[in-house]
Amino acid sequence: MEFQAFLIKYGEIGIKGKNRYLFEDALMRQIRFALKDIDGAFRVHKSSGRVYVECESDYDYDETVAGLKRVFGIVGICPVVHVPDEGFEKLKETVVSYMDSMYPDKNTTFKVEARRGKKSYPKNSMEINCEVGEAVLEAFPEIRVDVHKPEIMLHIEVRDEIYIYSEIIPGPGGMPVGTNGKAMLLLSGGIDSPVAGYMIAKRGVGLEATYFHAPPYTSERAKQKVIDLAKLVSKYSGPITLNIVNFTDIQLYIYDQCPHDELTIIMRRYMMKIAEHFAKESGCLGLITGESIGQVASQTMQSLAATNDVCTLPVYRPVIGFDKQEIVEIAEKIDTYETSILPFEDCCTIFVAKHPVTKPNINIIKRSEENLAEKIDELFDAAVRSVERITVNP
Amino acid sequence: MEVYLDNSATTKCYDSVGETVRRVMCEDYGNPSSMHRKGVEAEKYIKQSKETLAKLLRVQEKEIFFTSGGTESDNLALIGCARANHRAGKHLITSSIEHPAILNTMQYLEREEGFRVTYLPVDKNGRIRLDVLRESLCEETILVSIMYVNNEIGSVQPLSEAIRIVKGYNKNILFHVDAVQGFGKYRIFPKRMGIDLLSISGHKIHGPKGIGALYVNEWVKIKPIVFGGEQQKNVRSGTENVPGIAGLGVASKEIYRNFEEKVAWMRELKNYFIDGIMKIPDTVIHGLYDESSAPHIISVGIGGIRSEVLLHVLEERGIYVSSGSACSSNHPGISSVLKSIGTRKEYLDATLRFSLSEFTTKEEIDYTLDVLYNCIPMLRRYRRR
Repeated sequence: MEFQAFLIKYGEIGIKGKNRYLFEDALMRQIRFALKDIDGAFRVHKSSGRVYVECESDYDYDETVAGLKRVFGIVGICPVVHVPDEGFEKLKETVVSYMDSMYPDKNTTFKVEARRGKKSYPKNSMEINCEVGEAVLEAFPEIRVDVHKPEIMLHIEVRDEIYIYSEIIPGPGGMPVGTNGKAMLLLSGGIDSPVAGYMIAKRGVGLEATYFHAPPYTSERAKQKVIDLAKLVSKYSGPITLNIVNFTDIQLYIYDQCPHDELTIIMRRYMMKIAEHFAKESGCLGLITGESIGQVASQTMQSLAATNDVCTLPVYRPVIGFDKQEIVEIAEKIDTYETSILPFEDCCTIFVAKHPVTKPNINIIKRSEENLAEKIDELFDAAVRSVERITVNP
Repeated sequence: MEVYLDNSATTKCYDSVGETVRRVMCEDYGNPSSMHRKGVEAEKYIKQSKETLAKLLRVQEKEIFFTSGGTESDNLALIGCARANHRAGKHLITSSIEHPAILNTMQYLEREEGFRVTYLPVDKNGRIRLDVLRESLCEETILVSIMYVNNEIGSVQPLSEAIRIVKGYNKNILFHVDAVQGFGKYRIFPKRMGIDLLSISGHKIHGPKGIGALYVNEWVKIKPIVFGGEQQKNVRSGTENVPGIAGLGVASKEIYRNFEEKVAWMRELKNYFIDGIMKIPDTVIHGLYDESSAPHIISVGIGGIRSEVLLHVLEERGIYVSSGSACSSNHPGISSVLKSIGTRKEYLDATLRFSLSEFTTKEEIDYTLDVLYNCIPMLRRYRRR
């Protein structure tokens, strides 16, 4: 079956009152972005409160659908056949052949759902429903009508042209990116943080990211892996500005000055501070981490409180209540898992103590940090200055 | 200063190789199977390379087959011979410290084709246990495959003794040698030694990547493992990689020019480097490092520093080395060769491999030692506690 267009269904954004056009425009922008590199010419437009993707040349169906399935805000994607209006008799023929090729197995139920946008059309929607339904029944004796729970909901929309569709491919849901400001993702090379970024982007939030590397303790490949992960997430979120910060000196200084079992927690506090610095600089409205309660020593309730303590921006932790397996499932779905499990050391693990504190007392941590007073500001500034900033596109 | 000490991973091409490859690619690009003059020209390059290799190895030209590299040579030798000779028996022998091209092929034959494989243990110097070899031989044994030089620690295998044991037991047992790290560092005469099949690779001897060769003694029964246009007497189908083959020929000729001098030079540098390393406390050289070891490989355990970290520190200063072996570096983890020779635990994850070439200079070694002297104390301050 050749489809000439896609009707885009969007749920939540339909109910946003006077802001609705903002959401629709953002949705169209994101759709255009998602289709940019796909073979084929597409026109995305809005008409009578619906968003359509018109395919104006030969195009790759599977790739196009895959692209649309990555656009947040889309609830359903309906492949549409549209034909010029050549009279009602011709329309009935077209619908019969559409049904024939879409549903080789006729042992099923259907219902016609017509919508007459063009009020000058000689038949009203009820008449279209009845007469087209009758034509289909005549053509295929096996098929039955079920007006309550049809297996096939056959939509016919009469506009300047006539649109026929009956399939709905589920979209990712959520809201179009760009409708909810942006936030700074602390991106490591692990499984959780790309998923966290994805989940927040799904709610319409644009992403920036910060990655801490610690050469020579972490390798060039570990950094490339994080860039690759950002690239995968950007397929959903759109372009991501990635801040790559050299964290080695701060880490070694903490190592020298603080109790070893507190190293990770103190280190994470400084990571949050640096990420927040960049977040504020670029107008982000929050931080995002991939933390999940109790997953590791630095993610116990006490540890989370200790790291949270240094931030003034809200910290969003979308996978906070997820088990590892649940996070892995999303990572697999969004295709970041394979990259995440490449075995390169990241800077959180290089000096990790055999028994790090799991219930840090914030006052004790603060007292330990006093040992850093002499050089930490200078090192902080140096780390901030060391930033390498790259824009990652899908 | 850029110092390349990873010559066991791969080597820089000789200029003459680069020129030859370019010429064959851009000018004499014919298909050697074509009937016309362009084809004949291309065929000449193959003929020449065969001649070169046959002369160097003292074998017949018809016993040389070109492959896509060491890995394919090993695969062809093992799978091709196992399949062609399985009626005589289904037992194969190899060592536990072979390159993955051998080990994984052996495991394939075990798993999929019903062969039984014995993996010989090695002594603390990384040399196969001949007594175990002797005990392992049986009526069913059809092939033994032992490497010439181990790629991770540079141990040279006692091949002559091994061959004597094997052939003494049954002269029909085939003996394959993976000489990827040995060719170009030793003069190897398969016929004199009793080797039936020998694998070599282009890019370890300053030749191109993607080219290798397999010597197959004329009486050896071998079956192809790839199928196609029946080139190379149907042992290895596929249009010959003429640029690669020509490059391999030139490189082989070149590496054996002034051969004794070059090897002596590498040996001198190796000894000099080891003397320098020994001055650093808590270091160990894996395996033997006397005249019986390969002249170009030095495997050093440096206590208290993870090899990956030191590798990146050296890299920042322009020095390129491997951690363990480049081939197993894609699967970080512990080198099985180091384990097999009973390396102490603290060195397993703290070992670097330095590998020299004829181009390595004394200045480069001095520079490397200086960097090590400077960095190691600093790095040792920061370790996992």
